[in-house]
Amino acid sequence: MSDCRRQWNREDELPVYLAGPINTGPNQRKSYGMFSSVEGAFDSKTIDFDNYAVGRKGSRTPRSGSQERVLDTGDPVGKTPREAREGSRSSPSGEPDDARSGVKVRFTSEKESHNGKDEKLLIKGGRVVNDDLSFYADVYIEDGLIKQVGENLAVPGGVKVIDAKGRMIIPGGIDVNTCLMKPHLGMQPVDDFFQGTKAALAGGTTMIIDHVTPQPGDSLLEAFEHWQEAADKKACCDYSLHVDIPQWNESVKDELELLVQDKGINSFQLYMAYKDVYQMTDTQLYEAFSFLKQLGAMVLVHAENGDLIAQEQRKILGMGITGPEGHPLSRPEELEAEAVYRAITLGNRVNCPIYITKVMSKSAADTITQARRKGSVVFGEPITASLATDGSHYWSKNWAKAAAYVTSPPLSPDPTTPDHLHTLLACGDLQLVGSAHCAYSTSQKAIGKEDFTLIPEGTNGVEERMGFVWDKAVAMGKMDENQFVAVTSTNAAKVFNLYPRKGRIAAGSDADIVIWDPDSVKTITAKMQQSAAEYNIFEGEECRGGPALVLSQGRIVYEGGKLQAQQGTGRFLPRKSPSCFPLPRGQVKSKQGVTRGIYDGPVYDVAPTPKYITPAPSAKTSPTSHQPPPIRNLHQSNFSLSGAQIDDNIPRRSGHRIVAPPGGRSNITSLG
Amino acid sequence: MSFQAKKKPAGDRLIIKGGKIVNDDQSFYADIYIEDGTIRQIGENLIVPPGVKTLDAYGQLVIPGGIDANTNLQTPQKGLNPSDDFYHGTRAALSGGTTTIIDHVLVDPGTSLLSAFDQWKEAAEQRACCDFSFHLDITRWHEGLYEELETLVKDKGVNSFLFFMAYKDRYQSSDSQLYEAFGVIRDLGAIAQVHAENGDIIDEEQKKLLSVGITGPEGHVLSHPEEVETEAVYRAIIIAKQANCPLYVTKVMSRPAADVIAKARKKGVVVYGEPITAGLAIDGSHYWSKDWAMAAAFVMSPPLNPDPSTPQYLTSLLACGDLHVTSSAQASFSTAQKAVGKDDFTLIPEGTNGIEERLSVVWDRAVSTGKMDENEFVAVTSTNAAKLFNMYPRKGRIAVGSDADIVIWNPKETRTVSAKAHNLTLEVNILEGLEFRGVPTVVISGGRVIMEDGELNVTEGSGRFIPRKAFPDTVYKRIKARSKMAEARGVPRGNYDGPVHDVISMTKSVPPTPTTRGPTGPKTQTGPRNLHQSGFTLA
Repeated sequence: MSDCRRQWNREDELPVYLAGPINTGPNQRKSYGMFSSVEGAFDSKTIDFDNYAVGRKGSRTPRSGSQERVLDTGDPVGKTPREAREGSRSSPSGEPDDARSGVKVRFTSEKESHNGKDEKLLIKGGRVVNDDLSFYADVYIEDGLIKQVGENLAVPGGVKVIDAKGRMIIPGGIDVNTCLMKPHLGMQPVDDFFQGTKAALAGGTTMIIDHVTPQPGDSLLEAFEHWQEAADKKACCDYSLHVDIPQWNESVKDELELLVQDKGINSFQLYMAYKDVYQMTDTQLYEAFSFLKQLGAMVLVHAENGDLIAQEQRKILGMGITGPEGHPLSRPEELEAEAVYRAITLGNRVNCPIYITKVMSKSAADTITQARRKGSVVFGEPITASLATDGSHYWSKNWAKAAAYVTSPPLSPDPTTPDHLHTLLACGDLQLVGSAHCAYSTSQKAIGKEDFTLIPEGTNGVEERMGFVWDKAVAMGKMDENQFVAVTSTNAAKVFNLYPRKGRIAAGSDADIVIWDPDSVKTITAKMQQSAAEYNIFEGEECRGGPALVLSQGRIVYEGGKLQAQQGTGRFLPRKSPSCFPLPRGQVKSKQGVTRGIYDGPVYDVAPTPKYITPAPSAKTSPTSHQPPPIRNLHQSNFSLSGAQIDDNIPRRSGHRIVAPPGGRSNITSLG
Repeated sequence: MSFQAKKKPAGDRLIIKGGKIVNDDQSFYADIYIEDGTIRQIGENLIVPPGVKTLDAYGQLVIPGGIDANTNLQTPQKGLNPSDDFYHGTRAALSGGTTTIIDHVLVDPGTSLLSAFDQWKEAAEQRACCDFSFHLDITRWHEGLYEELETLVKDKGVNSFLFFMAYKDRYQSSDSQLYEAFGVIRDLGAIAQVHAENGDIIDEEQKKLLSVGITGPEGHVLSHPEEVETEAVYRAIIIAKQANCPLYVTKVMSRPAADVIAKARKKGVVVYGEPITAGLAIDGSHYWSKDWAMAAAFVMSPPLNPDPSTPQYLTSLLACGDLHVTSSAQASFSTAQKAVGKDDFTLIPEGTNGIEERLSVVWDRAVSTGKMDENEFVAVTSTNAAKLFNMYPRKGRIAVGSDADIVIWNPKETRTVSAKAHNLTLEVNILEGLEFRGVPTVVISGGRVIMEDGELNVTEGSGRFIPRKAFPDTVYKRIKARSKMAEARGVPRGNYDGPVHDVISMTKSVPPTPTTRGPTGPKTQTGPRNLHQSGFTLA
């Protein structure tokens, strides 16, 4: 017990367990039921045990020093209007900030340094929560690293002391799935690396792993460098990158090797959906899995059956359904579960670990659970949206609202889904939480106002991620705080080989630390969010638990509702391969043939028959796997016509291929 | 119709006395009077004309003749014709108590469905000794098949079509093709069948095994692991459910595949599973036999499962109704034919025997062991298939007016399977040496006594084609109701009139694939085509 000992000389600052029920302050308490927090009960009421510490050494910083509340003095960094709003955000009841501020910062030196690297910080009086245990300890930070963890630390002078007041000190969150630069028809999401990482920090996430999404035909390396360049300029928190493989062919292999060996990428996403764009056939997936396994990289799979989706979309559009409700109708959860099952089967055959991104439905999650029971190495990643809301909003009368929910796989219309996913997350069947944050503005979404297949896919969630896991799992008693740390941070660090640099509070780890306030309550609203999107899909939901203070690289970037993020401070973290955590199971089953005598009986003569080549159904055959058939295959030949026609008003669907022949090109705008 | 007249049974008048008649719903003691190939009377103390041949069935069971819903008596593989054709195959079927077969017509990619059907029908009419019907195996789906399918269903009496999810680059259909095909099949009122294995994975595994030097028949089972079967069954069920089409999974060979079907049935999917003789009787340990010819005889797809508990498990699911129909998947290739693949297991023609032993296997493994009763036995060997494929109550039931396809079954006798004694031309019988309780003593097909006292007396070409109508009740009552319920509706909204982001023009180049066609909307031509933007590709 290092300390929880400040200022209990003020009657209204009693800790909750001492605070009497009769608190007739200006704030009338509202009751939210037996298990909800009591508003205001936790505010700045820490006991000051210093006054009562008998016989303790005077190594403590003098209370009477230059104590100041940073929040009261305002933010030294210039703020945008959005940030200014931030201040009042976490106090919906309208209390002044200082009454709410969870954390007080004191300085022994007069000046405050903001460049981070030489800042020395001591977090006192908190409970360190790692994924394995919690303990009371102080944390000393220097040069952006955690230098010491323990009690009664001997620290040099000039240290800034942060009083955690008995709150939890947790490793900063790692958001394993963001798409801050994923283009859709040439548009960029409104949340770029700056906006997106700002939102992440405001939610207690100190690291993101973003998806590099090259288009088919693009060079993976160039795309990667493009992403890295953009992120280096803009990101406010550390980041790493997944690379999506839009198509599988020989030339990709060299680039992959280079990315793994030189660039520090150890995870690649493959698509089973988006027919004719990103989708791969089972054969290609098998080849890709085998190759990535050799490289020791992690295989991420977007699991949906793209063939069936294309068919369903055509059917639904044919029925005249063009609104966002067509999106979930054309992507029933079975198609997700089916693809998950297939991906796992492929993974088992290749004997390589599989990571399913965006687990959105109960049946998909159950499929993962069952596979794990049978010993498959498979990881499942639910996202903020699937953990906090359901798909009933697709049927909203408000088009813009309904469109805001469009993501793939879609949110399941089954309202029990979030609860179920939390249960699986708590018991370890699902392991990590992403956000799949990919925010498009309403006007961008409106590209698909007459055809739901054109609506850019993506929802927000990077900011709300940690809060909702706490609110719906920990506060409900499904999960304990250690498991909370595991699913929001540690597991991700382990799976993607960042551990123990990230994901743990230990000497030597990066000083990405969050002081977590389990009792703050905020109501999510688009007005208060960091993200630039107009719609927040969690609008109006109340969320218990949130960060009181966020340290990124040893710098205070968020504190009591105020953000002090600096653009471009984020570093790229290369990740080594192979990932240490999910090493493929050993090659136990080496298959052996049977040694037999040579068969010397009669052998039937076979007339040579021409070999047929299946018109490799769902698509682009990898050039390696087939030789062109000797005769012209009329089934594989086709022709297309373009230009203004009478049938142009019939909406096109993504299932239709649009061929660009030499000398002309199809302009997407002219098709919608 | 002289041809039909010739086929008319010789007008045997028969009376079966003293037996216990077993249908799928009940058993009772009664005599049966048969005339002109149909059952005329059932009851006690029947008044019959003189000159009637009397068959004594005291102490034995009188059951409807078996229906084998999956045989390949004419299907060539890699240019090889099966060694047992319609004559030998149906002869063996009759000797085992099966009086109707449904054979698979394999339509080679690119050939016409109708011509393949005609070819099969002609061959069978000349050679078959028992009644027969056909499934059509569609090896390459495209929309152009619709008219042929319609003709087949409406005029030719075919109501079941098989699709392959395996045999990459030869017969395999993609998910899109399956979905489209299932939709068409549902509209026509037929039943979709699948050969469920993931051909893509198998193909890769085969390459891998060959490259590590495994060329013997054990490579077959190693390259067709059970999860590949399970995955495809799962996928087929999802696709069928999406398309709201009844699904029949042929050759359920492994426990997890059977489990997937059982689970789907519990969720209400209209799906039927078909275990086969070999899968119910033996496991796949013989693939590792030192005798190449022996090991090769077991090669079939999906392969027999190496897990020795599989036969028992499948029998249990059959008994509880999770699996539905037993068949044989008969496709026999002689050892010399199998030896085509002696240096490469992928070339071994696939197929095992089982047409003759089917009823005995089910009786021995399920009824003798107490897993199922005699009525269920009749259901899984005959009645279910008749209902599913719409031959009921003409076939699959002992009732007045039904065809006189009747077996007198002796549950106490046993027989030992041996390649020397069986009625096929095959040199190796995969059930060699196994002893089964329950044998047919008398077999009546089309009102004629085919087998009596162990004497087989068949007439080549006496089999008739049994046309089957669309929309079998057992299957389609539910499907129809669901089609009505499944209408999705859009949300009526005001027009979105907010700002719309400008899309930067961008070229979207997509390689052509065979499955997608252009919009099917009306194409009234007004403006001139933009020839600069039009193009065509050839593959």
